Amino acid sequence: MGTTLLGFFEQLGDSPWSVALHESEIAYSLIESFHVWSLCLFFGMTVMFDLRLLGWTMRKVPVSEVIRRLQPWTIAGFVLMVISGTILFYAIPVRSYQNLFFRTKMLLLLLAGVNILIFHSRIFPSVAKWDADAIPPRAARVAGALSLVLWVGIIFSGRMIAYNWFDCDRQPQPEIINFLTSCVPTD
Amino acid sequence: MDLLPFFQWCYATPIGEGIRNSTWLFPVIESFHLLGLGLTAGAVLIVDLRLLGVGLSKQSPAQLWAGARPWLLGSVTLMFASGIPLFLSESIKCLYSFAFWVKMTSLFLVLLFTFTVVSRVAQTGLTADRPLPPRVTALTSLILWFGVAWGGRWIGFS
Repeated sequence: MGTTLLGFFEQLGDSPWSVALHESEIAYSLIESFHVWSLCLFFGMTVMFDLRLLGWTMRKVPVSEVIRRLQPWTIAGFVLMVISGTILFYAIPVRSYQNLFFRTKMLLLLLAGVNILIFHSRIFPSVAKWDADAIPPRAARVAGALSLVLWVGIIFSGRMIAYNWFDCDRQPQPEIINFLTSCVPTD
Repeated sequence: MDLLPFFQWCYATPIGEGIRNSTWLFPVIESFHLLGLGLTAGAVLIVDLRLLGVGLSKQSPAQLWAGARPWLLGSVTLMFASGIPLFLSESIKCLYSFAFWVKMTSLFLVLLFTFTVVSRVAQTGLTADRPLPPRVTALTSLILWFGVAWGGRWIGFS
């Protein structure tokens, strides 16, 4: 599986558009800036909602109103992040795929998604009972805190992708690093 | 005015040198800086979207400003606390970077604008004695913050 995925990304990286993006400093930098702006929109909205769930801001605004009014902006930010992020990945597929921080980021994204699913299926349905509470119940606060921690982790690991400390072409690396990055060193 | 001696002094500070000599420090401080940017964006957007008539439009701008203000102050503090060491480590590059000066100019203007005009418009609400129409206020604030974020990201590319 690992080798077939790697083969696929190698082909992707050899495609003309990927090479063009990779070699164009202006286009790549613009898309990366766009990724940061969409992060501002997405993370900004998410963090304000999480802080409301924790009871740390906008205590007088009903939780359901915060979610209903901010969600379209959050979703728009997320879609823009996924689009720009996918293009960034497409520009440098093999290195990203084997990058320890990229893998960490994807894992944390998955966990953040699970947290959102649990919140919407188990916690939010009972919102009518605690909508106006300055400090929502424990389960909602835990979901808010987890979301904050996970998204901060995603920002940190995302920022670190740019650094090549654990890259496959920088050997020797500890065996555990090569295992985690599916790297088979060639010498 | 010759700024080079001051920027050279910044570059030579122990903090600047310590960051340059470390593999991890710059990226870690940079991550905190990015986190500060995201937090700032949240606090700014809550108020600016409301002034544009969208987002939490059932709430009064004054109440949203009061709720967002401490987070804005906190996140801007985090931006300065992480941004100054980053600057010290590469101040000479910054001196010659167009993006850096775009960022500093926008930052100065937006902080001034936020704590005078935005705060006033949000607090006086929709009454007649406001200094600027709410939409114009919000758009000005967003454009200036955009300049800060654009300049900041572009320092790294130059």
